[in-house]
Order: sequence, then structure tokens, then C-alpha cells
Amino acid sequence: MINALPPAVILIFGALPVPFLRGKAKAAWMLLLPVVSLVNLLAIPEGMHWTAAFMGYELVFGQIDRLSLIFGYIFHLISFISILYALHVEDDVQNVAGLIYAGAALGVTFAGDFFSLFVFWEMLTVSATFLILARRTPAALGAGFRYFMVHVAGGLCLLAGIILHVQQTGSAAFGFVGLDGLASILIFIGVGVNCAWPLLHPWLTDAYPEATITGTIFLSAFTTKTAIYVLARAFPGTEALIWIGTAMAAFPIFYAVIENDLRRVLAYSLINQVGFMVVGIGIGTALAINGAVAHAFNDILFKGLLFMTMGAVMYRTGKINATDLGGLYRSMPWTCTFCIVGAASISAFPLFSGFVSKSMVMEAAAHGNLRLVWFVLLFASAGVFHHAGIKIPFFAFFSHDSGLRCKEAPRHMLLAMGIAAVLCVFIGSFPQFLYSLLPFATDYQPYTASHVIAQTQLLFFSALAFTLLLLSGIYPAEIRSINIDADWFYRKGGRLFYGLADKACNGLNNWGDRVLVKLVPGLLSRFFDEPGGNIQKHGLRLLAGASGVTADLGEQEDRIVRRSRTAAYPVGGGVLLAVLFLAVMSLLFFL
Amino acid sequence: MKKPAKPEVREEDFQHPVEMEEELAMFDHPQNVKRLLYGFFTCVVVLLAIDLFYHKHAIFPWEGFFGFYSVFGFVACVVLVLVAKYILRPLVMRKEDYYD
Repeated sequence: MINALPPAVILIFGALPVPFLRGKAKAAWMLLLPVVSLVNLLAIPEGMHWTAAFMGYELVFGQIDRLSLIFGYIFHLISFISILYALHVEDDVQNVAGLIYAGAALGVTFAGDFFSLFVFWEMLTVSATFLILARRTPAALGAGFRYFMVHVAGGLCLLAGIILHVQQTGSAAFGFVGLDGLASILIFIGVGVNCAWPLLHPWLTDAYPEATITGTIFLSAFTTKTAIYVLARAFPGTEALIWIGTAMAAFPIFYAVIENDLRRVLAYSLINQVGFMVVGIGIGTALAINGAVAHAFNDILFKGLLFMTMGAVMYRTGKINATDLGGLYRSMPWTCTFCIVGAASISAFPLFSGFVSKSMVMEAAAHGNLRLVWFVLLFASAGVFHHAGIKIPFFAFFSHDSGLRCKEAPRHMLLAMGIAAVLCVFIGSFPQFLYSLLPFATDYQPYTASHVIAQTQLLFFSALAFTLLLLSGIYPAEIRSINIDADWFYRKGGRLFYGLADKACNGLNNWGDRVLVKLVPGLLSRFFDEPGGNIQKHGLRLLAGASGVTADLGEQEDRIVRRSRTAAYPVGGGVLLAVLFLAVMSLLFFL
Repeated sequence: MKKPAKPEVREEDFQHPVEMEEELAMFDHPQNVKRLLYGFFTCVVVLLAIDLFYHKHAIFPWEGFFGFYSVFGFVACVVLVLVAKYILRPLVMRKEDYYD
């Protein structure tokens, strides 16, 4: 037995006292949690820990190996940075949701069986939804609701796959699955929703820019990267992933060029970066998996950094659209510097972190002789520099002067951004520290003359294209607008469905109300008011209609009604009905 | 009895303004922008020229062509912008209240 707690426990249970703490104590408690949790993680040896029997299957809360450990480290690191960045937030919904969200990501990462994995998976969805809803704008409420619905659907797909898989194999152990049969396809798609695959992706670009300033930092780190982890464990070397990843790397860059909301630009570039990781997992060689994992590690840092700088801009100016910003380098020089570091890292400039991991995936694709994939990834590399590397810093901090003058970001935000920026440069300059943590031992050398020069040429000539297009006025002006994406199908389609359902169900309901509630009981009650009289009356009418004699019909009817009202029949209507009933029964009986 | 004046709602309260002496910042001077651009163009030319003077370790044959990465980077970005502007934007751009 070991003297440590399961990795997810400290953050999840540590979140519970947060609403009862105030001021400095709260800040200290929240900052301490990821530190204590990391120390706890370091105390756990590799292997399977904390197993429990559950309905004849084995639950495992600590599957500790090199693949899960590196994700564990980066999740702790980004938790600490995000909490530091969010230190000013008074809203306990966000504080608690952020911690539980990070804890759930650790839960997924170290789960050794599918059941506990699924529970933590759903915990991710719920806590992330609160981080979106916490902004409390109508747009955020809508986006949060859609986020929840999409992820619940994805979760159900995953659950169906898990149940089938466990039935077929007789084991709940979470390990290699491989794409083979219905169960694995359902698991594959369920994970794909969280991984933001093309057409399953719009929850990401819809919700992340609508979440709170600090919530987005948490969001950008965990959901997609836990999905990458699950793919790396369950589906390495699945060829479909190569093509899915290639599409992911390519299509968002076009959207990013025309998008006005700078946090949405980053959301698109997040999908683009995750595309590189998915390709790496699809190729499945040691170099490719290492590249995918290393890139996930780096992306969490530089994408978090970029979201933090845009969050700081938003915090100080209240604006995030490129059309409203510009010239902020005067007011926020530090934030501007950190943003440029993040931009250089995501663009994979030599000496910045993206360079040492993206190149591994590219090289793995080249070794596998995947020409088309290689070309698309190279195109995406140039494109990402274009939209995330140049567009983000340029439109926020330079471009035309928007006239906005504000304070520099608060100190704790600067500190959080500073830590992330230093790490980006450190990993880029001394990649062997990151390489030593990777799942497979590697002696990969990113800094060869060919590679450095080639990458620098690629980036500088992309920048040249940007400069010339901008100077010539061809570069598309930012326009206040939204760009429809695959979420159109459930946002407009959902409305259509709602309209149809409204017509059909409410129509049926109204018809039922009119006929069954108002019309029929009314008729029946009028009839049974005077059953005997009514039967005679209708009989009389039929006879009169048949014979054509209708002269004194009204008089006859009046007489019948009068007789019925004064109960002039010795046998009342009840007896008449009883006889009729018996007659029918006997008929039925003898037939 | 004079009614107390309503506190004015000011835009500043929602932003975090500072008084800045409006000296011209670095990039307000056109000659600085010009210097930056010339520096950049020089870098670009030097980078292209370097291609002639070192031995490339290429996996694919086309990586060894003169200026392959330079040309690819430039063309890729031009294509990216033109496609986004002239094909994607007309297809997907809607007014900001499209979904409301």
C-alpha cells in the first residue's frame, strides 16, 4: 500500500471548502491545492493502484504509467497557472467549477477502467458547463446549454460503446481498443466529440469565446487534451485518425482568417493544433505518439497563454472584437510581450516550444511517406502563423490606434502569463526536459540547420505575404459579423425541429383538448341527462327523416322531453340502458 | 430641499482608465514603421539567399529545391487569405444577430 491519495481526489474534494473561505485564506488554499496534488502524484510509483470491485468488474483509480503521468504533470501545471490568473474572481461558482473540472481531467487521465473513466468524463462536462454559464450573459447561457447538450449526446455514445465493449470482452479495463466493431466505433465517436473532430467541433468555437475570461483558460486546457490522452491510449495507429486530424488542422485556419472575435480566432486555432496531435496518434509510431503528446503539453501552455493575454485585454477594455481593438501596446506592454511569446510558440519559431513538438509530428508523417498529409500539415503550419501568430497580436496591440487607453493587466494575471511565457521559451530552448517525460524514450534532435532554416523561411515568407497583402489592401478587413459553422445544423435545425414539434405535438394536444375534453364529454353529459328521452327523440327523428313526415316533429319531441323530465316513465332511462346492455352482452356471449 | 443629483453613469467606470501623457509611442512615428519594414525585407532576402549555402537534410526530394519552404510559405498564405476572403466569407458570413 502506498501513502498517497488517488490523483483526482485532492482537487475535487479541495474545491468543496472554497465557498466558505474568504480573502487571503481562500487565495492561499486554492493556490496550494494543485501544488499539494502534484506532490501527491510524484509520491505514487508506476503501476495500478486503488482497485475496487464493482458489479464483478474492477475499478482502477490509479493507472500510473509514462503516458498518464505526462498528462498529469501538465494538468497540474496549467491548473496552478489558471488559478493564479483567476485569483481576483469572487464568484465561487467559477472557483469551484474550475477546480472540479481540473480534478475530473486528472480522474480521466488516471482511470484504469472504463466505468470510472466515464464518471469523470461526465464530471468534465458538467463542471465545464458551469464555467460557461457563469458569465451570465444571454449568449453565454445559450452557448452553455448547447455545450451541455452536445457533450451529453457524446457521453451517451461513449457509454453505449463502453457497455457493448465490456459485454464483448468481459473486462472493463481501459487500454488499447482499436477500431474494430460497433462498440469501438461508438467509443471512438464519443471521444471524438470531446476532441472536436470536424462537424463535431462547433461546441468549441461556440462556447469557449462565450465563457468567462478566466473560465476559458481552464476550458482550453482540459476537455480536448483528455480526449487526446484517451485516443493515445485506446486508438494509437488508427488510420482514420490521420485523415480526421488532417482535416482538423486545415479547415479552421480559413475561418480564423475571417473571424472578428479574437477569442474565437484562438478557438479555431485550438482545433487546428489538436489536429496535429490527432494525426500523430493516427500514425502511431513511437516518434508520432511522442510528438502528439509533446504537442499537447506545449499547446496547453501556449494556447493558455494566448487566451490569458486576450482575457487580460478583455478584462481591461471590455472588448474582444478585432474591429474594436488596436494600438494597445502603449497601455499594456507586458501583456503585448507575453502575447508575442505565445504567438511565436504556437507558430513554432525556433527557440519557442511549438517548434520542438510540431516538428516531431511532421517528421513522423514524412517517414511514413504520407505526402498529402505532410503537405496539408505544412500548409496548416504556415496558416497558424498567419492567424494566431500575426493576426492576434497585430489586431489587438498594433494595427490602427483604437484610442483605448487602459491600465496594464493586474499583477496576478501578469504573473500567470509570465510563468507560461517563461515555460514556452524554456521548453523551446531546452527540449530535453520535455523529451525525458515522453512515453517513449527518444533522442530526437529538433535543432538541425536544415530544420531551423526551413522553418524560419516558412514563417518569414508567411509574414511577408501578410505584410504585402495588408499594405496592398487585399487583406480582408475585419467586419462585425458572425460566420456560420456546423452548429448551424442544430441551431437553425433545432429551431426547425422545435417549430415542427410545436406544430405537431401542440396541434395534437389542442385537437385532443377540443374533442376529448370539451366536445365529447359535453355531448355525453347532455345525452345522459335524459338518456331515455334522448334515445326516443333520436329514434323519432330517424323515423321522421325516413318517412318524410316532419310536420309535428317538434311537438312530439317536446312531449318526449317533458315526459322524460317529469319521470313519467315507470321504467326510467337506467332500466332501459340496463336492458340494452344485457341484450348486447347476451348477443356477444352467444356469438 | 434639493434633490441629490443622480450619479452619472460614466463609461470610465467600466474600463480601467489611466491618464497617459500622449507622447507619440514607438509605432506612431512613420519612420520607425518604415525602418521595421526595411529590416524585415532584408531578413527575408537574407533567408532566401542562405538556401544556396548549406547542405539540406531532406526526407522528400522537393525539400531540397531552392527556396522550397520560402515559396511554399508565401503561396500558402496568399491562397489562404484569398480563399477565406473570396470563397468562404461569401458563403458563411451573416449579420451578428443571425441566430437571435
